[in-house]
Amino acid sequence: MKSETLINSSCRRMPASSALKTLDPGMRRDDDKIITQGILKTLVAVLTLCLLLGASLAQAGVTLESFKFDSKAEEQHFKDLIEELRCLVCQNQSLVDSDAELAHDLRAEVYDMVQAGKNDQEIVEFLVARYGDFVLYNPPIKPSTYLIWFGPFVLLLIAGLLLLRSIRRQQKVPAAEISAEERERLNTILGNTTTSQDKDQ
Amino acid sequence: MIPELGQFALILALCMSLVLATVPMIGSLNNTPGWVALARPAALGQFTFLMISFGCLVNAFLTNDFSVLYVAQNGNSQLPDIYKISAVWGAHEGSLLLWALTLGTWTVAVSLFSRKLPAEVLARVLSVMGMVSIGFISFLLFTSNPFERIFPVPLEGGDLNPLLQDFGLAIHPPMLYMGYVGLSVAFSFAIAALIGGKLDAAWARWSRPWTLIAWVFLTLGIGLGSWWAYYELGWGGWWFWDPVENASFMPWLVATALIHSLAVTEKRGAFKRWTVLLALTAFSLSLLGTFLVRSGVLTSVHSFAADPARGLFILIFLCIVIGGSLLLYAWRAPEVTSGGRFDLFCRETLLLGNNVLLVVITAFILLGTLAPLIYDAMGWGKISVGFPWFTTMFVIFTPFLVMLMGIGPLARWKKQDPGALARQLRLALLVSVGGGILLALPLFHEGNIWIGLAVMLSLWVVSSLVLSLRQRFKYRKGLAGLLRDFGARGSGSYYGMIIAHFGIAVFIIGVTFVTQFDVEQDIRMSPGQTVELAGHTFRFDGAEAVQGPNYRADRGTIRVFNSSGQEVAVLNPEKRTYLVQTKPMTEAGIDPGFTRDIYVSLGETLGNGDWSLRLYYKPFVRWIWLGCILMGLGGLLAATDRRYRMAALRKTVAEPVASKRLATEGRV
Amino acid sequence: MTRYLRYLVPLAIFFILVAFLYRGLSLDPKRVPSPLVGKPMPAFVLPRLQDPAATISDTDLKGKVSILNIWATWCVSCRAEHEVLLLLAKTGKVDIYGLNYKDERPKAQQWLLQLGDPYAANAFDADGRTGIDWGVYGAPETFIMDKQGIIRHKHIGPLTVDALNNEILPLIAELQSTP
Repeated sequence: MKSETLINSSCRRMPASSALKTLDPGMRRDDDKIITQGILKTLVAVLTLCLLLGASLAQAGVTLESFKFDSKAEEQHFKDLIEELRCLVCQNQSLVDSDAELAHDLRAEVYDMVQAGKNDQEIVEFLVARYGDFVLYNPPIKPSTYLIWFGPFVLLLIAGLLLLRSIRRQQKVPAAEISAEERERLNTILGNTTTSQDKDQ
Repeated sequence: MIPELGQFALILALCMSLVLATVPMIGSLNNTPGWVALARPAALGQFTFLMISFGCLVNAFLTNDFSVLYVAQNGNSQLPDIYKISAVWGAHEGSLLLWALTLGTWTVAVSLFSRKLPAEVLARVLSVMGMVSIGFISFLLFTSNPFERIFPVPLEGGDLNPLLQDFGLAIHPPMLYMGYVGLSVAFSFAIAALIGGKLDAAWARWSRPWTLIAWVFLTLGIGLGSWWAYYELGWGGWWFWDPVENASFMPWLVATALIHSLAVTEKRGAFKRWTVLLALTAFSLSLLGTFLVRSGVLTSVHSFAADPARGLFILIFLCIVIGGSLLLYAWRAPEVTSGGRFDLFCRETLLLGNNVLLVVITAFILLGTLAPLIYDAMGWGKISVGFPWFTTMFVIFTPFLVMLMGIGPLARWKKQDPGALARQLRLALLVSVGGGILLALPLFHEGNIWIGLAVMLSLWVVSSLVLSLRQRFKYRKGLAGLLRDFGARGSGSYYGMIIAHFGIAVFIIGVTFVTQFDVEQDIRMSPGQTVELAGHTFRFDGAEAVQGPNYRADRGTIRVFNSSGQEVAVLNPEKRTYLVQTKPMTEAGIDPGFTRDIYVSLGETLGNGDWSLRLYYKPFVRWIWLGCILMGLGGLLAATDRRYRMAALRKTVAEPVASKRLATEGRV
Repeated sequence: MTRYLRYLVPLAIFFILVAFLYRGLSLDPKRVPSPLVGKPMPAFVLPRLQDPAATISDTDLKGKVSILNIWATWCVSCRAEHEVLLLLAKTGKVDIYGLNYKDERPKAQQWLLQLGDPYAANAFDADGRTGIDWGVYGAPETFIMDKQGIIRHKHIGPLTVDALNNEILPLIAELQSTP
């Protein structure tokens, strides 16, 4: 068994995708293991297993907590902040949605820090010091993340250069239309005798 | 007995796919008509046995045969019949069987609807599909057998995950699989063309309708998944950039590039190598998606020490299929001739630009999805790349794509005078920039640059579509002319393009408005209490216990009134507890509307009849799926274009006059 | 020749991808290594589990090689791990401290009474704040500190006999031998 989630029936809300992970062999593999261990022999065992699986599967629901805020803007700021923090227990959820015990604690922790007048950066640093960059859905820009932050633009640059080169080359090619042979083949296949209707678009 | 029959049918299906993969291919290579002719019956046989096998599993669920391990894990006698059927694809083994069946269906469809193809081409296409099929069926038989028995037989099954007990999710996987697997047709056509060495306009024309239909399924499948997530998960989200979502989005993007590139190859004979590479990539990405979802390399409870077989099996399969096809590409592509010459600025280059952007977007989504794995593998630490990153990147890149989308349909093939095009587009530019600025300013709301950008892009697309329509109608005067035009060759794909692009415009508005203007509130409410949100009054009328077929629920009643006090909706969100898998589930109460949804979900009971509630006001959220439906419709219309209904293959050479006229006309 | 090499680029990219995916098969994406390894242990002062009036703090763990094990009675795998902890305690090579995490005091005391007590002392972290400082995200977790109180290792998940023999004991021996 892997490390236990803090509170079993914890991962309430989940994105569409995690539901599809019920199709995931990761869960199933556990059964096989249990079966080979000879535990799964009775109905009770089957039910227990499903409860166990159910625990690792996330479930739908919402987390509703009332923190007190002085203003709408402050509340929104709090939500925006915790939305970009990843829950370590239900790893497909942000702190705003997760119903894991740890998520409750961390929300409260973040709330207290906000109330104590700490800024976003201090709060993020607090969490990163304890859990690492893993908690940040939005990876910070620093040398080790240049790959993901600048990679897409490098890709675009390379693709753009290749595009230009190939267009240039195409202009040098004196080849005319679709070759006559191809056209014939096309026409025979399509049974066209006249192609006047066969306009663009 | 019946499950054994199912397994036996699966084995026979494997035999059929072995025949299909080898005999017709060999026959086509050494000109043995008898062997070539075996392709269609083998495809039909494979399909029949897969159907029988699938039917046996459905039967096991319907008859509550818990002696089958898979049924014992995912079925339950209390499950409503429709979910007993959908439970078949509710977990790994059964969904894989559905995948194999879908592939068999596409194979048989190709063999039925492409009878006019030259026999050896059809044989090769079906053969390649048979090869893919071997992989999936043996994956089933050797690592994921859904018919495995269990002893002693449990009295009751473990039940389908309650999240999946929903109509949307019952049809979402079949749709998505039709899309994923449908891309195998384009893939097989490409491989067949590479083998035959004939990558030409005819190849493009053959594979285009198949690609379009697969794309339609993929579009609708993804849209359906997003809609399901929205109403079922109780938090009103519709896209999270999760690895599994990305796994479906990447093939969609490449397939989108492919249908555009196929158009160029078909009409102008250009980009052949590029198009064939896209066809290979699109299906490769859908296979990669299967690996990502089922191997647990990215998320999910991971325990490969227990059974490394499955992940490794798919990876080896990927190496053979994708590696093999790319090797074939490297071998054959250099011999392919370049197509017709075109200018630096013309429709070809614009379409190529669109392709490049789509591929770059796909590439960075792949990068972002795999980044946690790459960082971990390189020992650079654990990182998360989540929705903020994806959204940022997506918002940077897509506007350029949409800009091209406005220009492309108006540009001419081969050569386009930029000045003339600019004059044509002057009006569209004026309308879109004007509209965008107007809506970005704080006139109707607090002022929002993103809304401005979205409106600008959307108007840009729509107005350029209108310009294109006007141009087209200029030469087709009167009702008779229009009607004639609708029936003409090529008009299906033209109007399809119009509708699909219009769908994108609608989609952009939906996405941006709902992300910028949605309002939500978490609140504790006592019965009779009211609260104001986004110009509406919500009154909580308490919650009562209700009994479902296989769950208990608390059902809340919330009445919504508009500003003038009229009742707009009565919403009944539920908090369900399913009897077997005792997990709380929320069913949101939604009042759908064309310009807004009102969305309420029930949280926890707080004593004294008080409940915590989450209220949402989501403007234009329906437009997201409306856009998807329009895209799907457009694709469907394009796929049914008259010119794809092939006339019988004539042995005679077409009239030379016709080809000469074409040459002088310089357009196809 | 270069003309042909160009067409091998997609294949090359694909195989780079495969290399990563293959590596991924033997990695656990859910496991989050602690950034605290190599840093001094977080300060804490908590009531003791057995004696609510007395406190225990990080200074109690300093000056010797020590182990902090995070556990709770609601945690199923903690029960599986308990045997291994008893084994480790029996070796007498190191003091094991417990952080009883978000638990109920009577239950936890009962647990130790029933299953045996491998701990030198237990801190009682009712609200889990100390757990957050230690970056706990799933019980059981086990930290190993050197004599200066620097965290040297974090084991996530239940300790096994294998882990004990191959990771924990060799590390303890090494830390004991350095001043």
